[in-house]
Amino acid sequence: MTPRRVVRRIAASALIAVVLAFFAVPMLWLAGAPFDARPGLGLRWPDWTLANVRATLAHPYALTSLANSVLLCLVACAVTTSSAALAAYALSRVRLPGRDALLYLLLLLSSVVTGTAAMVPIFVLMLQLGLIDSRLGTALVLAGGLLPAAIFILKDFVDAVPRSYEESARVFGASAGQVLGHVVLPVARPGIAMVLVWSFVNAWGNFLLPFLLLRDVGRQPAAVLLRTLQDEGGSVNLAVIPVFSLLYSIPVVVLYVLVDKRYGFRFHGGIKS
Amino acid sequence: MAAIDIAGVSTTYPNGVRAVDGLDLRVADGELFALLGPSGCGKTTLLRTIAGLEPAAEGSVTIGSRDVTRLPPGARGVAMVFQDYALFPHMTVAENVGYPLRVRRAPREVQRSTAERVASGLSLSELLDRRPGQLSGGQQQRAALARALAVEADVLLLDEPLSNLDARLRLEARTFLKRLQHDLGLTTVFVTHDQAEALALADRIAVMEAGRVRQLGTPREVFQRPSDTFVANFIGSTPMNLLDAVVRDGHVECAGARLARVPHLASGTGVIVGVRPEYLRVDEHGITGRVSIVENLGVTSLVTLECAGGALVSLTVPEQDEPALGRSMAVTAAPGRLLLYAAEDGRLLDSR
Amino acid sequence: MRAADRDAAGLGPVRAFGFLAPALVLIGVFLVFPALWTLYIGITDYQLTGPAAVQPQVVGAENFRTALADPLFGNSVRLTALYALCSAVIGQNVLGFALAWLLRPVRPGLRRAVEGLVLLAWVLPGPVVAYLWFAVLSRDGGTLGLLLDRPATAWLVEYPMASLVVFNIWRGTAFSLLLYTSALAAVPPSQVETARLLGANGWQTVRDAVFPHIRGHVLTNTLLISLWTANDFTPFLLTAGGPNHESEVLPVLIYRQALESGQLGYASAISLLLLVGNLLVALVYLRLLRRRA
Repeated sequence: MTPRRVVRRIAASALIAVVLAFFAVPMLWLAGAPFDARPGLGLRWPDWTLANVRATLAHPYALTSLANSVLLCLVACAVTTSSAALAAYALSRVRLPGRDALLYLLLLLSSVVTGTAAMVPIFVLMLQLGLIDSRLGTALVLAGGLLPAAIFILKDFVDAVPRSYEESARVFGASAGQVLGHVVLPVARPGIAMVLVWSFVNAWGNFLLPFLLLRDVGRQPAAVLLRTLQDEGGSVNLAVIPVFSLLYSIPVVVLYVLVDKRYGFRFHGGIKS
Repeated sequence: MAAIDIAGVSTTYPNGVRAVDGLDLRVADGELFALLGPSGCGKTTLLRTIAGLEPAAEGSVTIGSRDVTRLPPGARGVAMVFQDYALFPHMTVAENVGYPLRVRRAPREVQRSTAERVASGLSLSELLDRRPGQLSGGQQQRAALARALAVEADVLLLDEPLSNLDARLRLEARTFLKRLQHDLGLTTVFVTHDQAEALALADRIAVMEAGRVRQLGTPREVFQRPSDTFVANFIGSTPMNLLDAVVRDGHVECAGARLARVPHLASGTGVIVGVRPEYLRVDEHGITGRVSIVENLGVTSLVTLECAGGALVSLTVPEQDEPALGRSMAVTAAPGRLLLYAAEDGRLLDSR
Repeated sequence: MRAADRDAAGLGPVRAFGFLAPALVLIGVFLVFPALWTLYIGITDYQLTGPAAVQPQVVGAENFRTALADPLFGNSVRLTALYALCSAVIGQNVLGFALAWLLRPVRPGLRRAVEGLVLLAWVLPGPVVAYLWFAVLSRDGGTLGLLLDRPATAWLVEYPMASLVVFNIWRGTAFSLLLYTSALAAVPPSQVETARLLGANGWQTVRDAVFPHIRGHVLTNTLLISLWTANDFTPFLLTAGGPNHESEVLPVLIYRQALESGQLGYASAISLLLLVGNLLVALVYLRLLRRRA
């Protein structure tokens, strides 16, 4: 190796080390603070204890809010994935009139109309429908926001399924329902799993919509409660926040590890257009 | 067992292209029939129309004594093997082969036993519990065939059955396929763009172009007497010599040589002389030219002569007779192998 | 023609439309309708409470005139542009590409560790991430203060926008990393090798052999991350727009106008301006993409 290459290798390694530290250091708080006898907003070696865990479990809304999060996410995920799968299949396989315009519109909608930009009308809409404080209503709003992108992700997967699979099944006499159930659904399963996980992570972490639409603390999900803990009774609840943050993060971390193991985090074509 | 009758069938795509254009064809019971043509000639569309995957815009398709034109694919009594085999990746070989019975809601044991029986006939018994992804190309092809045979259909349709195999395997699979079809006696239609494959496999061939049949015949007929210059050009591993010629005083004159007597053609008529390189032999007179290229084909060599007026004529010679470059040679066609085509529309006029 | 658009399962247009209907209804009710409704609410004096809550009056372009003259709105637009430009267009884009490029020759274990951390920062819920960064930036014992030996600095108060920019780079680089990793995997190795054989250095290789292949990816990535960043509500969790509007990006301004001041009509007018901004960026991008093709 020439000296220049050595220098370059060292520079690259140093850069990677800095990046590693940049991404790792903020996460250390989540490992230490929950089990520290004197938890704070700062990094230090903890005096190990489980007192915070007990305090958190005793908090009146901690577990309720996690249950609310689960409910919101399950409904939003189920609605998003099932309706996106049906729509993606129809868009991929049947040349409906106006399909290209619809796809173009969906592409624009998925990036242009965001929850933040539409928060006022969404709030007013739910207010007038009497759906403020309705968890089901909030889940549907979440699903509506996730749908355009979910349709695109799934359409990519369905487009990649060879048509000969379905045609083959039809020549054997399978009905449209059998074709979908026996062939299309199993073959598209990685795509469906991906959209399920993607929509779950999105819905689980969404703060704005439940913050806007769920005012009753008994119906709020973990995202909103975590924020409320910051100024509950005028002061930061430092015993509960770290443990609760950890509990709240576990599902997405577990899902993330599962997906990474099973499929790997990769884009599957199509992202370019 | 059933014959297939195709009467005046046209298949049109939504963009208005007529992929199959008013086509008539009869495939006899038990026949191994090839649809041959260049890509885009409509051969695959015709196969898909027989299967019911494309609707016929006009005409009718009859299988056996049943008019199936308006029936869905599953009700036609056909089985089909797709070019990519379309084996379902999430099912084992046994589940794939038993799938036609699953569609008919046959009990699980029947699915399995049928799969075992059909698979053993195709030497797949060891592979029943593998997934398609774990099979070689040849094994995948046999699994797809097994699944099609499990249907016990009247007609077997094969879309480019050998194109996904590598060259050596292709020869093996060709022999296997021909023996299988011979043993079963199942009416079989296959699509191919490879003329050698069609010649080797088929009982009869339909050469297609632009949605129509250009020539229908046995491999021998199609090879020896192509009915027009398109077919003449398309069939044969070494391209047929097609030379511009003129009739003068009752003889065909081509590349400075007098070839055959054609008393019934008027002087000045333009014709095209067609003769396969394999049917040309070295003679003392005939078309004369200088050897410009020699290509080794193994047992024979393909020699290209540059003749008067710049015409190029090729012939095959036994390997031991390979001429030196630049040598002058004269060639004549074997009796009956000289074909005369009309210059204006390319149709076959006569052979000498 | 043959490969695409074949109704391979024999669905037929009626059933296909049935398949589409649930998605279209949800998107229509919760996305398209609200987007269009901002138009109407934006020209009224609709308020959260008081008489204008019951009987809003149409006030025409009044709200838009107010917004364009409002120094707070101008401030928000400037901050939002700064936020999107520094943290997304430059920060996430450059760091994401640099990581994707540098990690190619790295051994798989280290590579997975780096990718894993970057991705984890992306999947953790926003409110949790906010606390992680409070811990980095806080004035008592915050990690950054300890590292720089300025333990009593309240970074979020003294440098709010810089803090948000660094935070958003940390939070969102994963997407660019993923996208560029898959884009780089699709660059034919022979072209990179040819450039190397011809003696190109690292930068020349990227510019001449790699970049032409991934230009579309760069465009797509830049569009998506800048739109996401401009519409990101997480700054609210970190600074809530403060101190003294110094980090009040548009989403935070909209929220505070709508729900803290109750000016629904006015907030809607600002939302509409944000939507139009999003649309313009997206249309410019689609034109660029088409010109390339």
